[in-house]
Amino acid sequence: MKSDIAFGQYCEGDSLLHRLDPRAKIVLAVLYIVVIFLAESVASFGLLLLFSAGLVAVSGISPRIVLGSMKALTFIIIFTAVINIFWMQGETLLFALGPVEVYLEGIVNAVLIVLRIMLLLICTSMFLTYTTTPIALTDGIEQLLAPLNRIHVPVHEFAMMMSIALRFIPTLIEETEKIMNAQKARGADFTEGNLLQRAKALIPILVPLFVSAFRRADELATAMECRCYTGGAGRTRMSVLRYDWKDFAAIGTVVLLGAAVVVLNILVPGIGLAM
Amino acid sequence: MKNIVLEAKNLSFEYPGDEDTKPVSALRDVSFAIEEGSFTAILGHNGSGKSTLAKLLCMIYQPTAGQILLNGRDMTAEGITEKDIMDARREIGMVFQNPDNQIVATVVEEDVAFGCENLGIPSAEIRRRVDEALEIVGMRKYARHAPHKLSGGQKQRVAIAGTIAMKRKIIIFDESTAMLDPLGRKEVMDTILRLNKEDGITVLIITHYMNEAAMADRVIVMNEGKILTDGTPGEVFSQPEPLWEVGLDVPQTTEILYKLKKDGYDVPLDVFEPEQCARIIAQALERGRS
Repeated sequence: MKSDIAFGQYCEGDSLLHRLDPRAKIVLAVLYIVVIFLAESVASFGLLLLFSAGLVAVSGISPRIVLGSMKALTFIIIFTAVINIFWMQGETLLFALGPVEVYLEGIVNAVLIVLRIMLLLICTSMFLTYTTTPIALTDGIEQLLAPLNRIHVPVHEFAMMMSIALRFIPTLIEETEKIMNAQKARGADFTEGNLLQRAKALIPILVPLFVSAFRRADELATAMECRCYTGGAGRTRMSVLRYDWKDFAAIGTVVLLGAAVVVLNILVPGIGLAM
Repeated sequence: MKNIVLEAKNLSFEYPGDEDTKPVSALRDVSFAIEEGSFTAILGHNGSGKSTLAKLLCMIYQPTAGQILLNGRDMTAEGITEKDIMDARREIGMVFQNPDNQIVATVVEEDVAFGCENLGIPSAEIRRRVDEALEIVGMRKYARHAPHKLSGGQKQRVAIAGTIAMKRKIIIFDESTAMLDPLGRKEVMDTILRLNKEDGITVLIITHYMNEAAMADRVIVMNEGKILTDGTPGEVFSQPEPLWEVGLDVPQTTEILYKLKKDGYDVPLDVFEPEQCARIIAQALERGRS
């Protein structure tokens, strides 16, 4: 079914990572990003690489899926690598092609920066998108940001909007398919012509889609009102998020990892990022 | 005499016009009283004002004139606040026509819990009520499913569960079966009947299906914003002429029986169950014309 695509990012599972509290996972992702930026030497990158491989193993998600997600970044990876290799000056000149000089430091730098980008992607997808349902993520964000309510940030309303959007993605995809089929049945052609013509062919799809989305929104608002919805104030939740020892253990582990990275940076400096 | 839980008194409603259009009168001087635990069908074709009536009873619209009394309290009186209306909605709920546009959450049980969460009920109590409600509509095993993967009938049952979890005593079904296939329609009608007979919930269904109306204890037929007839299905359908005049049908069983009776056969008119109807016709044909 096509409508599954919207939730395709989430991989069903029951691993330790899946069972962590979504709030803890958001905190973990942020902490881990900090740790990645702390790493400077080859040794500390090695440690992070090992740890990330460990994460993938624990999550039970096939490494092929994780590596596959890197494809989207190919351009950025190649671009940063090239810039670093050719523009970076160092001490050990490897070879020179006319005005272009390539240094060993440049190559190391390129490799480490590419690694950093890949680690960032792996960590956010391991903690957040692959192991947390969008709805759990929304709940997590809502509760983490709850203190902002005091300075009148409508946190609950934003979270509600997010979850309704998620709820209606499959419905709207289905609707788009229906409208496309209806237009095709009347002879519309979405595959031929130049870019402008194809864009124009989309108008008869978008207009009815928007009209129907507004009608849906109106009906949904009435239905919500009929179910006594009056916004976030005075609301309770059926499933309350609770931290347990696993969440604290996971956060502790990442903090320790950060300390180890700092220590490795100092003890085994070697050649590293020149930043 | 049973308790009157919901009453409409001389209810009128106009859709306000804008610059180019005149206001459209949708309801004119409609009055009726609904008894506790009863099952009423409001019948009428498109534009008869039946859906407007439902929205008025749920206090989504304000009537232009007339009163709505919920448990004897006038909900249209001056001084009725938003909060009073919210309190009233703990008693009276509505299930809409389009199953997709009334489901809020991405997980079935979360959606059933939505109304209770809005009421501020403690978590453990919500859990208990949600499980119970899902059990009643027979959707317990779908508790963790995504609503968009359910059939139309199942979605409507989830919507019904959401309203019974709030422990509402009156539920209005606004053409809740109109977008469903025959199987889904049967699922939902069976659920509604069970709620009414077993759990004592007062049910109002708005419909244009005659056979659904025939299941009710009472049928109110609407035409052009007015009540055309009001009575038991037997009383209403045994006089098919006024219904035919305004372009409404009667259940097929009634239609056959009525034609037989006109031709001189001695048959009753208030039989809606096809098997039973067939038996009566067979007997009547054996006896011959009187």
